[in-house]
Amino acid sequence: MEIVYQMLLAAISSGTPLLFATLGGILIERSGIIQLGAEGLMLMGAVTACLTFVQTGSLTVALLAVCGISILLGCIHAFLSVSLRANQIVCGLAMTLFGAGLSAYLGKPVSGLPVPRAVPKLDMPWLEAVPFVGRIFAHLDVLTWFSFVLVIALHLFIHKTSWGLHLRAMGDSPATADVMGIRVQAFRYGYIVAGSILIGIAGADLLLVYSPTWTEGMTTGRGWIAVALIIFARWNPIRALFCAYFFGALDMLGFRIQLIGSEIPSYFLKMIPYIVTILVLMFLGWRNRNKPSGSPEALGIPYIREQRF
Amino acid sequence: MVMACMMSALKKRESGWNGMNRRKHAFSVSLALLLALLLVISGCSSNKTNVTNENTTNSPTEAPTEGAATEEPAKLPRVAFVYIGPPGDGGWTFEHDKGRLYMEEKLGIKADTVENVPESADAERIITELAQNHDVIFTTSFGYMDYTLNVAKKFPDVKFLHTSGYKTNDNMGTFFGKNFDASYLSGIAAGKMTKKNIIGYVGAFPIPEVIYNINAFMLGVQSVNADAKVSVVWTNTWYDPTTERQAAVSLLDKGADVLLAYQDSPATLQAAAERGAMAGGNDSDMTRFAPEAYLTNPIWNWGPYYTKTVQSVIDGTWKSEQYSGSLADGMVDIAPFGPSVPEDVKTLVNDTKAKLISGDLSVFTGPIKDASGAVKVEEGKTLTLDEILIMDWFVSGVEGTIPK
Repeated sequence: MEIVYQMLLAAISSGTPLLFATLGGILIERSGIIQLGAEGLMLMGAVTACLTFVQTGSLTVALLAVCGISILLGCIHAFLSVSLRANQIVCGLAMTLFGAGLSAYLGKPVSGLPVPRAVPKLDMPWLEAVPFVGRIFAHLDVLTWFSFVLVIALHLFIHKTSWGLHLRAMGDSPATADVMGIRVQAFRYGYIVAGSILIGIAGADLLLVYSPTWTEGMTTGRGWIAVALIIFARWNPIRALFCAYFFGALDMLGFRIQLIGSEIPSYFLKMIPYIVTILVLMFLGWRNRNKPSGSPEALGIPYIREQRF
Repeated sequence: MVMACMMSALKKRESGWNGMNRRKHAFSVSLALLLALLLVISGCSSNKTNVTNENTTNSPTEAPTEGAATEEPAKLPRVAFVYIGPPGDGGWTFEHDKGRLYMEEKLGIKADTVENVPESADAERIITELAQNHDVIFTTSFGYMDYTLNVAKKFPDVKFLHTSGYKTNDNMGTFFGKNFDASYLSGIAAGKMTKKNIIGYVGAFPIPEVIYNINAFMLGVQSVNADAKVSVVWTNTWYDPTTERQAAVSLLDKGADVLLAYQDSPATLQAAAERGAMAGGNDSDMTRFAPEAYLTNPIWNWGPYYTKTVQSVIDGTWKSEQYSGSLADGMVDIAPFGPSVPEDVKTLVNDTKAKLISGDLSVFTGPIKDASGAVKVEEGKTLTLDEILIMDWFVSGVEGTIPK
C-alpha cells in the first residue's frame, strides 16, 4: 500500500508540469492550430520564473512575468500561424528552437543557483482521515490544486458552454463558425495566447515546484511528451489528467526498479518513458482504428475567409 | 530583425496579391516567410553560441592577458579551462572555478574558461580551438580523456592536464586525488547519524571512480555501524538536477534517512532537506543550500595544484605526470560539518582523518568481502592505488547493481 501511495504522489508531482502543458496544448489545438512549440514555451516559462523569483522573491511577480512572456510568445505564434497563415508545423518547431536558444542565453546568470521553495503547500491534516486518497491530497501545493481546478473548468468550458461550442466549431470547421458570426481569427489569437500562458506555467511549475534549479534545457523533452499527450488524451482535459499522471509515474519508475535490485542495466531503465510512448501510441492506434480520432477536423489548416482549399 | 523580415515578406505578399492563383501564392509566401524566419532564428541561435563562446573564451578575459603579455617581456602562459557544467553548479565545476580564481590571484594570470562542454566530439572541437591560442589547458572531466589526448598529439607545444583520467602523453598529464579517504570519513559521519540504518547513495555513472568512493563510504559506515546498509541508484549523468532529484526522492521513499550523492549539483541535499532527512553532496561545501539537513561530504581544493602546475610551466620545469592529491596535501578534504552534526561525531571523524594522514589507517585494508560474500582483500593486505582505480565490485552491505 505504501508503495502505491508513494508512486501516486510521485506521479502527481512529476505529472503536473505535463498536465499544464497538455491542457494549454488542448486549448490551442481545439481552435484548429497545431501546437508544437511547447518545449520552447516551457523553457521560457521556467527561465522567466527563475529570473524573476530570484530577483524579487515574490511568487506573484514571478507568475505574472511568466504570463507576460507567454502572452508575447503566444502573440508571435498567433501572428505567424493565424495572420500570416504560415505552416503550423514549421511554426511550432520554430517556437521550440527559439525558446530553447533564448532561454539558455537568458538563464546564464542564474544557471545552477538553488531557487528557494516558492510555491506554498496547502496543508489540510483533516483530509488524512479520509482513507487512502486523503493522504495524497492533504499536502499538495497551490499550483497542483490549480491544475485540478483547471481540468474541471476546461472540461466544462469546452463541453458545456456556448463559448466552448464556438471553440469546437472553430476547430472543426472555421468557415461554418465564421458564417455563424464567430470571429475566427480573433478567437484563435485569444486561444493561442491563453494556451501559451498555461504552457508557460507548466515551465514555471517545473522550476518552482519540481526541480528548483535552472539548467539549460531542463525540460529534457517534457514539452514533446506533452504534445504526444494531447493526442493520447484525444483533446479532452479529463483524459489529459490521467495521461499526464501515467507518464509522470513512468518518469519515476526507472529508479524504483533499480532499487528493487533488478539486474536490468540502468541505461535501459532510462528508456522506459520513451518506449512506453511508442507502445501506447501503437495500442491506441489499434484500439481506436475504427473510431474518429477526436482531432479537430480543421487542425493545421489556416483559415482565410471566403477562400477555398 | 524578425519583424523586419516579416514586414518585407508582408509587403511582398501584398504586392503580388491580386492574382487568381491566390492559394498557391499564399502558400509560397508563407513558406518563404517561414524559411526566412527559421534562418533568422537559427542565425540568432548561432550568434548566441558565438557570443557565449566569446564571453567565456575571449572577451572579458583575453584582453587583459594580451595587455599583460605586451607589458611584460617574460610572457605569462595563456591558460584555459574546459568545464563540464556551469561554475554556478555549486559542486564540481564550482570548485574548479574557485581553483582557477585562486591560481589567477596568485600568479596574476587571467585564464579563459568554456563551460557546459559535453563529453562528445564537441569537446574535441573546443579543445582544438583553445589549443590554437593557449599554452596550458585544463580539461576537468573524465569524459574528455580521449579528446584531450587526440588534441594533445596534434599540438605538442601545448601542455594539457586532464582530471581523473589514466591516459597521458609527453605533453599531457593527469591530476586527481585520493578522494576515497574523504568518502570514508563522510561514511563515518553517515553511519553515526542514521537512525533507520538505511543510507541512500545517488551515483552518477557505474565507473571505478564512483564505485570506489561508494565502497570507501560503506567501509566508513561499517566501521561505526555494522547494521547499516547503503542503497545505490545510478542517474547516468554528472549534472542534471531534475534527474538527481528523482533519484534522491526514490531513495527517500525507500526509507533512507541519510543520503549522499556523487553528483555535481546539490539536488539530493535539497530533496533530503524537504523530507527532514540528512544529506551530503560531493565536491564542495554545500551547507548554504540546506544548513539544517547538511551532513558533510568530500571536497576538492584545486587552487594550489593549479598554481603549482602553471608556475612550473612558467619556470620551464613542467613534465608530464599523473598527480594524485590526498588529505595530506589538502587537495582532498571533507567539508565543515552541518550544524546538526553532534560534537562526538565531529571528534571521531577528525581523529580518523589524522590517522589517515599519518598512514596509521588505510581505507582498503582487508578483510574486505564483496557483495556476494567472496573475499576480495585478504586480512592484512591493502589494495594498491592501481588496484583501487580499476575497482568494479561493491563491498558487502552495498545494495545496487553494476552493469557489466
